[in-house]
Amino acid sequence: MGVGVAGQVVELEIPARPEFVALARMVVAAMASSDANLPDDRIDDLKIAVSEACTNAIEAHDAVAADERVVVRCRADQQTLEVRIEDRGGGFDPSTLPEHPPVTDPDRLKFERGLGIPLIRSLVDEVEIKSSSDGTAVRMVMRREILEP
Amino acid sequence: MDLGLDVDPDRNGWAVLSVRGEVDVYTAPRFRERLIELVSEGKHRIVVDLEGVDFLDSTGLGVLVGGLKRLRSHDGDLALVCTQARILKVFEITGLTKVFSIYDTVDAAVAA
Repeated sequence: MGVGVAGQVVELEIPARPEFVALARMVVAAMASSDANLPDDRIDDLKIAVSEACTNAIEAHDAVAADERVVVRCRADQQTLEVRIEDRGGGFDPSTLPEHPPVTDPDRLKFERGLGIPLIRSLVDEVEIKSSSDGTAVRMVMRREILEP
Repeated sequence: MDLGLDVDPDRNGWAVLSVRGEVDVYTAPRFRERLIELVSEGKHRIVVDLEGVDFLDSTGLGVLVGGLKRLRSHDGDLALVCTQARILKVFEITGLTKVFSIYDTVDAAVAA
């Protein structure tokens, strides 16, 4: 498996089980850290985003008892590190996610879930979610910091 | 992946649950169960020390929100100890810094 080379692709298929999310994080972080222009705090951001997307994928598979694997694909080029996570779960409409009450509202404590997608949107430079009844693909992009020569 | 959960049952009237390792969808159920056990044991003021945590995602946040809700229903409280920027960041993004009392040390948390 080659990592960190511009234009290189790394693909990982994991069983849709919680114990494999750490492996997905580790592989993505390895690829991201091999790029000296992606600083440690951005790698930490990406690890959280990958964890959130994989968690959603696994829960989506669980909801429809799907046996297929979750696919994690990383692609690095000169400007970007792109991570794509695909599942074969039942899909969802990302535009209809419930709004949480304001944090000052006591009812906020009724919401223990639903923070994953907002976290992904905050932590990566670009996110695209395509979802249908056949599954969901989450594409996340981190832009490399281009150093002046 | 290992998750460490150590309990000091009484520090100035608070139980201290020290968490080590990575908190995600795989390990969060054990974390949640330990918190629920403590509440069931009558520990209604709990400090969760996150200084040994290497990674925490929204699953871990959910455990903490659930713990706070459970403790408030017993007129108790849940305080956090965390100084790591990478962990604090997820609380800041989600606005949960306004929900939890977050301290730099266990001593500061139990003195509050």
